[in-house]
Amino acid sequence: MTTLASKRHWASFGIGLVWFFFILWPLMGIKPEGLEFGPALEVWAKVAVAALFLFVLWGLKRQGSLDFIIAPAGRLAQSLAAPARALPRWAPILAVAALAFVFPFLNERYAIDVAINVLVYICLGLGLNVVVGLAGLLDLGYIAFYGVGAYTYALLSVHFGLSFWLCLPIAAGFAAVAGCIIGYPTLRMRGDYLAIVTLGFGEIVRIVLNNWMSLTNGPNGILGVKAPKVLWMDAGHWTLVSLRNLTGLYFVILFLAVLTIIAVHRLNFSRIGRAWEAIREDETAAQLMGVNTFALKLLAYAMGAVFGGLAGCFFAARMRFVSPESFTFMESAMVLAMVVLGGMGSIPGVILGALALIALPEVFRGFELYRMLVFGGVMAVMMILKPKGLWPAKRVGGRSEEKGHA
Amino acid sequence: MEYFVQQLINGITLGGVYALVALGYTMVYGIIQLINFAHGEFFAAGGYMGVIMLTWLSAQGVPPTVCLVLSLILTMGYCALLATAVEKVAYKPLRNSSRLSVLLSALGMSIFLQNGLMLTQGVYDKAYPTEMTQGGLHFGMVTLSYMQIIIVVVTAVLLVGLNTLVFRTRIGKAMRATAQDKTMSALVGINSGRIITITFAIGAGLAAAAGIMVGLYYGSVRYDMGFVPGIKAFAAAVLGGIGNITGAMLGGFIIGMVEIMAAGYLSSEYKDVFAFIILIAVLYFMPTGIMGENVDDTRV
Repeated sequence: MTTLASKRHWASFGIGLVWFFFILWPLMGIKPEGLEFGPALEVWAKVAVAALFLFVLWGLKRQGSLDFIIAPAGRLAQSLAAPARALPRWAPILAVAALAFVFPFLNERYAIDVAINVLVYICLGLGLNVVVGLAGLLDLGYIAFYGVGAYTYALLSVHFGLSFWLCLPIAAGFAAVAGCIIGYPTLRMRGDYLAIVTLGFGEIVRIVLNNWMSLTNGPNGILGVKAPKVLWMDAGHWTLVSLRNLTGLYFVILFLAVLTIIAVHRLNFSRIGRAWEAIREDETAAQLMGVNTFALKLLAYAMGAVFGGLAGCFFAARMRFVSPESFTFMESAMVLAMVVLGGMGSIPGVILGALALIALPEVFRGFELYRMLVFGGVMAVMMILKPKGLWPAKRVGGRSEEKGHA
Repeated sequence: MEYFVQQLINGITLGGVYALVALGYTMVYGIIQLINFAHGEFFAAGGYMGVIMLTWLSAQGVPPTVCLVLSLILTMGYCALLATAVEKVAYKPLRNSSRLSVLLSALGMSIFLQNGLMLTQGVYDKAYPTEMTQGGLHFGMVTLSYMQIIIVVVTAVLLVGLNTLVFRTRIGKAMRATAQDKTMSALVGINSGRIITITFAIGAGLAAAAGIMVGLYYGSVRYDMGFVPGIKAFAAAVLGGIGNITGAMLGGFIIGMVEIMAAGYLSSEYKDVFAFIILIAVLYFMPTGIMGENVDDTRV
């Protein structure tokens, strides 16, 4: 690397820091009593030091000064890759499944709680993956289906005492109907128009949940949702036991997540999945080749919604409480971020994305306040550094309408 | 009848605010086809910067009218700076990647800015000094508050100013050329990067003006106040045919009017729903908005 180029980097780094101060100071330093520089400078200095550290690290990597770590690590990864490829495909899957199975026995309450959260979001992420990743329909109101599922179970459980297992397919069905209702008017739209209309639908569902006092009890939510019951061998005879402990709930959601993974995998590699991918890559061409785009796009919405509904049903059973607070646009954004950060259309990618976005912030619990700040920043940075996601799907092209547009 | 006239006035006031925010959306979309999700955050940042500037300036003993004008200008300048920084960091490196990437980057920026505001300004509402805008004119049962007059006047001045800028100046010409064909306008010597930055800055400035006026109108601001007006303004931009400046103004007034009329005659809880339903209905029958889309028709 030439010195001139590195000087230019340093210059833009410095300008960036100065710029940052100009933006930060008015927010923190202008008080009715007068102008103060102390607090803003303090925050600025912390950020500057962190940025400098990362910048130097990046510079060293570019210069090759870090080769003594990176090169052996790369060689190690390469030498491990060959035996890993020789393993049959089911081996890593089996390992992960076994790990997931024994997880609650090796960990404490808190870890299981986080794991349940991750599994819920895996269901949601995979459901949205059907709509966004496979069919290429940008949906910003996905969380509405989660809400429909949750409220379906909550209402049926509180008013009619229906069991969780019976409500599971009912919730999925209601969510699928909601998916069709939302999907139908949007079938003619694409891209950004679709995004804004789905966002609007999501908001409509939330506002209705928030204001339909007689049905949903408005912002106060619904209390007293029953936990799922299972048959359990107790003292020699079978009885129905309410799953109140976390381990039991963990296995319920693990079951749902595995179901979702298998279903999405089967869908992905079926005729329907291929047709969705054809629609994603080029809708006009797909139509020309005889793909029924109308029915298949509607089906994508419905299928995506089904998994959202299942996850929602579980959510209500686990919290034993639902309120519109849980179904805001931010949640939709979270799920979408998972799908895109993990890798659109890729099942392991979405699982990785859910892990990264739910489990990692828990590790940094001490920085609670800064969590969402960092989340937003990371989302923007990830798009710049790794736009295809952590674990990209094998077969993706660009949408034809995107080409030639910057 | 009086009630209707009153609602009409309220609708025009609110519509003006939406129109200002919608203009930023539509201009940015017209040039780089990006839904700038962070745009609502410029609106919120404007609201906060407005209250900071107003309290500071009035503490310095500046007369109220000067205080209002000065803080409006300073706030718009600040948000323009903020927008250029955001554009540089989060959008410029993504100029040539897929639209979904840019959209998510914008979403990330929106979350980032919102939390930045929360961390520096606190989670609670911040009150505006409203005593300088109290009172109004009364015509029988109909009241026209000074604040509504201010909003309408400021909105009108900004809209006329923007129109002059876009249709009468060289920069405006360059903006229109860039929106129409980026490659071609670059070939004839237009610095498209600079034009994009300017567009972002102008849009954020307009949103900031809307933020400060909403703060004055309702008397307080909150760190997450940008989301809902942002979405409605985007709905307004889409309604008018995104990329179309006249359409955005029209869309803003329609959404504002629908919301106020729905709140007044139907149900105030569901007023947001009506704005979205109008949007969905219009897009269903006219997939490119009322005025049609002002970008090349290879899309949609």
